[in-house]
Amino acid sequence: MTFDVVVDVQLRPGIADPQGATIERALPALGFEGVRGVGVGKSIRFTVEADDEAGARALVQDMCDRFLTNPVIEDATVSLRAAQTAG
Amino acid sequence: MAADIAVIRFPGTNCEFDVVEALGSVGATGRVVFHDETSLGVADAVVVAGGFAHGDYLRPGAIARFSPIMDAVRSFAEQGGPVLGICNGFQVLTEAHLLPGALQKNAGLKFRCGEATLRVETARSAITNRATVGDLLRIPINHFEGNYTCDDDTLAELRADDRIVVRYVDNPNGSVDDIAGICNAGRNVVGLMPHPERAMHELLGSTDGRVMFESLLSAAGVDLSPIG
Repeated sequence: MTFDVVVDVQLRPGIADPQGATIERALPALGFEGVRGVGVGKSIRFTVEADDEAGARALVQDMCDRFLTNPVIEDATVSLRAAQTAG
Repeated sequence: MAADIAVIRFPGTNCEFDVVEALGSVGATGRVVFHDETSLGVADAVVVAGGFAHGDYLRPGAIARFSPIMDAVRSFAEQGGPVLGICNGFQVLTEAHLLPGALQKNAGLKFRCGEATLRVETARSAITNRATVGDLLRIPINHFEGNYTCDDDTLAELRADDRIVVRYVDNPNGSVDDIAGICNAGRNVVGLMPHPERAMHELLGSTDGRVMFESLLSAAGVDLSPIG
C-alpha cells in the first residue's frame, strides 16, 4: 500500500525560536493585533510503501528519530493516510 | 616527519584550506579528505572544517553525518584519536552523536560575524592542553546556528566532568552557560564554534588560534619542541 505522509517538525517547548519571535513582533506593524505563540517549523511531505498503516507509522517514526528531526531540539507530528488510488 | 592531519571536506565545506594553512603554520601537514572516501589514511588527528556541509539542508550536519567518511571519523574518535570540529564541524559532530547537545539558531536571529573573546575553562582537552585555565583567547566567530543547547542533565554532566572547554566572555549567540566549545568524555573529541584557523597571524588580528592547533598536535603525540 502507498501512504501519503506529512511530517510536521516544530521546535520543542523551551527551545528559542527567533524566527517565530521576529514574525510575532512584526505582525502588529501590519495591524494584526493579539497574535501570540508564533512558532516556525518545517513540513516534510512524501509517500511511502508499507504493508499496512501500522508498518508505515513505524517506518516514519524511525525516520523521524534517526534523521528527520533532532530530538534534542525538535518534535515531530506525523500525519499519515492511505493514498487515493486512481480509477 | 610532519604530523599528518586529515581535514574533512563535505560538499559545501568552505574552511578546509584555511585549516590546512593554519596547520602548516604550526609545522603540520593538513590533507583534505573528501566526504565520500571511506578511510582517513594514516592520520594523526582529524579536523572537521567549517562551512555549509550539504547546504545545511534539513539541519546543519544532519546529512553530513551519513557521509561515508564519518564511519572512519567515528572509529578514529573511539580509538582516542584527536578530532576537532570547527563551527559547522561542531554541528556535524553533535548530529553524529560524537558530542552531546545541539546548535540552534542564534538568539536574536542574528548572523554573528566578528571577534569573540574566549576563556579557557579546562586544560584537559585536545585543543587546550597547551593553554592555561583562565587564558583569554581572541578568536573570530562566523555563524548563524551557534547557540549551544542541551538538556539540564547533559549540562550538569558537562560541568561536573570539566568538559566545557571554552566559554564566551561576552555571549554572542545565546549559548547555554556561555558555551563556545565542549569535549567528549574521552576529552579527545572537541566541538568549537569559533574559528581558530582564522587567528593564526598578527596581520589578521590575532595569533590566539595557534595554541589550539599546537594543543591538537600535542594530543596527537607530536613533539612540538622544534616549533617553539
